[in-house]
Amino acid sequence: MLVFILRRLAQSVVVMLAVALIAFLIFRYVGDPIASMVGQDTRLEDMERMRQELGLNDPFYVQFWTFITNAVQGNFGISYRLQLPVTQLIFDRLPATLELALVSVILALFIGVGLGIFTALRRKSFGAGLIMSLSLVGVSLPTFLIGIGLIYIFAVELQWLPSFGRGETVQIAPWWRSGFFTQSGLRSLILPAITLSLFQMTLIMRLVRSEMLEVLRQDYIRFARARGLPERAINFRHALKNTLVPVITITGLQLGSIIAFAVVTETVFQWPGVGSLFINSVQVVDVPVMAAYLMFIALVFVMINLVVDILYYLVDPRLRIGARAGA
Amino acid sequence: MSKTFLRITAALLASTMLVTGASAETVRWARSSDALTLDPHSQNQGVTHNFAHHIYETLVNREVDGSLSPRLATEWATKEGEPNVWVFTLREGVTFHNGNPFTAEDVVFSLDRARSEKSNMRQLHADVASVVAVDDLTVEVHMNGPSPLYPNNLTNTFIMDKEWSEENNVTEVQDYAAGEDNYAVRNTNGTGPYILAEREPDVRSRLTVFEGHWADAPAVTEIVFLPITENATRIAALLSGEVDFVQDVPVQDIERLQSTDGITVTTGAENRSIYFAYRMDDAPLRSSNVTDVNPFQNPLVREAIHLAVDRDAIQRVVMRGQSVPTGIVVPPFVNGWTEELDAYPATDVARARELMAEAGYPDGFTVTLDTPNNRYVNDEAISQALVNFLGQIGIQVTLASRPVAQHSPLITANETDFYMLGWGVPTFDSAYNFNDLIHSKEGSYGAYNGGLYSNPEVDAMIESLGTEVDLDVRNATIAAIWEIIQAERMVLPIHNQVLAYATRGNLEVAVHPENQPLLNTVTISD
Repeated sequence: MLVFILRRLAQSVVVMLAVALIAFLIFRYVGDPIASMVGQDTRLEDMERMRQELGLNDPFYVQFWTFITNAVQGNFGISYRLQLPVTQLIFDRLPATLELALVSVILALFIGVGLGIFTALRRKSFGAGLIMSLSLVGVSLPTFLIGIGLIYIFAVELQWLPSFGRGETVQIAPWWRSGFFTQSGLRSLILPAITLSLFQMTLIMRLVRSEMLEVLRQDYIRFARARGLPERAINFRHALKNTLVPVITITGLQLGSIIAFAVVTETVFQWPGVGSLFINSVQVVDVPVMAAYLMFIALVFVMINLVVDILYYLVDPRLRIGARAGA
Repeated sequence: MSKTFLRITAALLASTMLVTGASAETVRWARSSDALTLDPHSQNQGVTHNFAHHIYETLVNREVDGSLSPRLATEWATKEGEPNVWVFTLREGVTFHNGNPFTAEDVVFSLDRARSEKSNMRQLHADVASVVAVDDLTVEVHMNGPSPLYPNNLTNTFIMDKEWSEENNVTEVQDYAAGEDNYAVRNTNGTGPYILAEREPDVRSRLTVFEGHWADAPAVTEIVFLPITENATRIAALLSGEVDFVQDVPVQDIERLQSTDGITVTTGAENRSIYFAYRMDDAPLRSSNVTDVNPFQNPLVREAIHLAVDRDAIQRVVMRGQSVPTGIVVPPFVNGWTEELDAYPATDVARARELMAEAGYPDGFTVTLDTPNNRYVNDEAISQALVNFLGQIGIQVTLASRPVAQHSPLITANETDFYMLGWGVPTFDSAYNFNDLIHSKEGSYGAYNGGLYSNPEVDAMIESLGTEVDLDVRNATIAAIWEIIQAERMVLPIHNQVLAYATRGNLEVAVHPENQPLLNTVTISD
């Protein structure tokens, strides 16, 4: 067990280093950070001096080594754009993203599972057909358009919900400002959460539907039916339980991508999370923030996969035998 | 007894009057990006300066008509018989937000801080030799030579409190290369009309009125500053009533907003001209099929291009009417601009083709045009239009479009044959334009002369402007330089940008040529 975890940890470190290296290679082509840091009348020698001071003239491997050694100590430097420590910036913005992601996952899970069951059980009804066709629209429309559309309908025309921002926030811990405890905070969550969850929602719905249809064809369901069990018990106790195993796996894995792909939703709704911080940083080539964000996202994925692997290991005895034989 | 009663009544009256007098007028102000920092000398950037102008103050102020007006300095002039020395008389009775009095020491401290090595404002003070406090309300700035326009460089140099800066260890500008964080980046203490009440970078900042300010109380008593990056979201926030004042209104939304009830759109000229420039040195172009000579060196080719461009069509179609076509690379309020220079010819493709043939390129040539795609209003679309116009006279242009962070290094590193650039003139004087765009690239000159145009005669004339104290002689030189630039068609001016501000209800915000509206000067009609 310990050997397995240690080996997976070592692999994770390699993955993180690879991400850092690729990120660093890309940064050389995104543009000159100095260009967006200075006014139009800055003398060329002053720009050269800044480049020198920031270490942008150093050879690639020196810059990379400096970055890695600092990053290991949790130091990602100072943002070129906002001139604040990057680690602090990311931790300031993280609660907003996590809250949005959490609400989106819950929305996607509950509505997705509910609609999935409905469309599986009543698969010939008009309602199910309508939901299935609407879900096609949901996956094919870009997030950006959905967000702008929701803003137009619910903020501009109906004026029910705010079009941007996070509303009032409350400090619930030294490192956490939450929007969950104010009315404006909750109202601000609705549109971005729907926008962000829509894709996952349709994914889960379709997954639940097909799994459910699959399970309903199984022999044990037919036997249950033959035994005269009530339809309700068959559908929800026997069928649904077996349907949910893959759904939980997928949802766990999707949580990472929700955090990572919140970028578009956050931009459209001016949601002050790490995604919009990343976009603002890309525009002005704020390398320290971009690097830290990419490392952070990589870390999220690595951690999720690590946990999933360990859980599988615990759950599935075949892996344990394989590991022992391999060792 | 009765005296006490009277006093209480008076106090009560005063307090109720205060309540009505200071009925909180909050303006929620949205623009596309946030101020970068609160340290006033760290960045030389418009949005940052604009925000700082509400908290900090400068010695002189740039009015919406482009003129200079007194702010913390009430008067300024060169010293009798000493053209190298500027004397500033400071305003009396000014205090900082923390109650410290404003004195000459603060000005000396701030100007020295602004011209220190870590400051991004230092190029504006490059000619300063020393700053001296003569008495509490007089400051002398000694220049390296006569600098007749120095006060123009002061409109964005903010005055900090020396005592506060020393207490908080911010006498020097933040050294972010060394990974330093700095108190002044997050905290403020200015003399300006508003006090910073709350700040979350990129999210929101709140400013409340400073009761101790020297000027009349402003109509706007609270400002909530909201950066909203996405154009569509920013406009939606205005339409839904969540913000009152929007800057950076996209041109395609102006018409729609104008026709919306309760929303006013004000447009005005911005201090920024959009132009194209060519590589002009002897080496052949890198991106052309003409490999022996540089076709842009031929004045006939430049004249042909000048005639082939339909500036009116660009204004009508690409800019939806929101630009001012121009024949010169400075807007009207800049010293040196004249109506004759501004005139541009009617498009004449037939004549342009003849000129191309005369120049020896009857079949044209190929070239790559470098354009930014996220810096100026519709920058890429303007370049696309140019590609079409030049195609009509045989010049086949390949468009290379990049974000400004990749585009501008091409110009400073001379790696482009043909490029677009937008140029503002913060000093409101042509010399600023000549120094960076026209003068040969050497020393502190010609930083953005990416085409490497070089003319020793013009260089000498430009250098003379820096120290010429006789304004008539100076203006004659400026006119002569423009004459040469225009006659040689050294650059291809397209238009001056137009700014649009959208407001809700009865808020009136005048368009500022440097896009730096001051909300304490805003009026609210009933």
